[in-house]
Amino acid sequence: MNHLTAIFSHIGGTVLLFARAVTHIRTLPRQFPRFIEQCYLIGYTSLPIVTILSFFIGSVLALQSGYSMENFGAKQFIGTLVGLTMARELGPVMVAILLVGRVGSAVTAELASMKVYQEVDALVTMNIPPERMLVLPRLAAVLVMMPVLAIIANLCGWYGGALICQYTHSISVDSEAYFTALKTYMKPRDITDGLIKAEVFGFVIMLVCCYIGLNTRGGPREIGASVTKAVVTSLILILVLDYFVTKALLYS
Amino acid sequence: MSAPYTAAPFVGKTFGVTVARLHKRFGTTPVLKDISLEVKPGEIFCIMGPSGSGKSVLLKHIAGLEIPTSGEVRIGEFDAADPATRDQIRLALVFQAGALFNSLSVYDNLALYPREHRLCGEAGIRDRVMHALAILSLEKAAHKFPSDLSGGMKKRVAIARALVMEPQLLLYDEPTSELDPVMSATLTEIIATLREQTAVTSLVVTHDRDLAFAIADRVAFVMEGRIRGVGRPDEFKKPADPVIANFLNPVIDLKNPRFKQLENNHE
Ligand SMILES: Nc1ncnc2c1ncn2[C@@H]1O[C@H](COP(=O)(O)OP(=O)(O)O)[C@@H](O)[C@H]1O
Ligand SMILES: [Mg+2]
Repeated sequence: MNHLTAIFSHIGGTVLLFARAVTHIRTLPRQFPRFIEQCYLIGYTSLPIVTILSFFIGSVLALQSGYSMENFGAKQFIGTLVGLTMARELGPVMVAILLVGRVGSAVTAELASMKVYQEVDALVTMNIPPERMLVLPRLAAVLVMMPVLAIIANLCGWYGGALICQYTHSISVDSEAYFTALKTYMKPRDITDGLIKAEVFGFVIMLVCCYIGLNTRGGPREIGASVTKAVVTSLILILVLDYFVTKALLYS
Repeated sequence: MSAPYTAAPFVGKTFGVTVARLHKRFGTTPVLKDISLEVKPGEIFCIMGPSGSGKSVLLKHIAGLEIPTSGEVRIGEFDAADPATRDQIRLALVFQAGALFNSLSVYDNLALYPREHRLCGEAGIRDRVMHALAILSLEKAAHKFPSDLSGGMKKRVAIARALVMEPQLLLYDEPTSELDPVMSATLTEIIATLREQTAVTSLVVTHDRDLAFAIADRVAFVMEGRIRGVGRPDEFKKPADPVIANFLNPVIDLKNPRFKQLENNHE
């Protein structure tokens, strides 16, 4: 019972944090440098790992499906399978998981340390709302960067798959056939659905990581505890939300 | 070049502080027990007392960072616990540990307030910031980061950051701890001069007897969460209360040391 009330109060707190951040939306233009800094941290610095990982995920997907689809003589559809899986599922989920590990944890650590060392209190006494300065630019940046990262992940995954199909002897589907299959059976909707997912994940992760960071209490030890909590909570939320968002997108 | 010290023209007014029957518990631990105080506008009011007696917590209530368990704190006619009060009153709190923004240089720490509140253009901000840095002889540290500063320098930056705000109520939490004797004296002069020029109400939590006796209009002693005594400094030159006397002039007795007495009490 106590746990349940705690969970609801955290959900309420997170929503309230968002509401408070949004009331300062008009200050966003003059916080442009902060927004750009966050875009750089979220997007640009994640780029190498997103490219490499999605390339390999696309490759593995092609390998696995090449092996299993051989049995049905359906090798010519590998492109469709890799294309759809990357765009609808693995691209957004993988980018979200990387966001938690690279950005979310850092955000929580930074905000938790600001809280513990009273920097947040200092902002409050200076009548600078922490939501305005610390949360709003991050939320805006993550909303802008997530679709970009997801598109890059899709492209790398597709090309990784194509490369494997062409140069693996037991598969040997040339990239032309691969991309024809990919294009023929994929609708623009498949891509936009994936981007919507990425957007939802990014937004929720950033909000949750900010909330947990800003609600750190106690000494320096709690910074580590908060980071753990933020990472675990975000990962759970990604997988749970994945189900509901997918369902909503597919059957609406 | 060290700018001659002149405070920026004081806009608006200053505020008195009223603390009425303030109680604060953290969980079940009572920290403040029935504190009542009246600080008059323009006063330098020192709060003294042993470590852990609740002085910082009291200051946080005045700054609106803690909500009373019962009782109330008013700044002028405004409720300190109400966030809207901060739109009415420019209040600066010099934190005990500085609370500098670690990701910003010293210059940007000071410039943050005028920038966020769009008080003036970058040139004006530069003047204000350099002036505040000059007062605390910190010009050379302008482009350093807080992590590169000593404890005493951090404290001075925190004070400079408060001055840039041109506050209408100034709260200092142990401003001279961690400072060398000369810097402590300088700071004592700064607190007094600032009050003289801007009439700003200044609450100073301190262990520094020299500071308190030199510049305080009144002193309050907080012990174990209660007010033990309030009065003009000269009333405490020879305090009647033995607890306050012992706090102000502890005798170092090597023949019968305090910690031995404590041990005996535990047995
Ligand atoms: N946020 C808090 N939660 C629980 N206890 C606290 C908190 N802040 C302060 N305290 C306790 O209140 C007492 C007074 O602390 P403080 O006001 O910092 O003392 P000081 O007079 O040295 O400034 C201490 O015993 C401290 O442990
Ligand atoms: Mg203290």
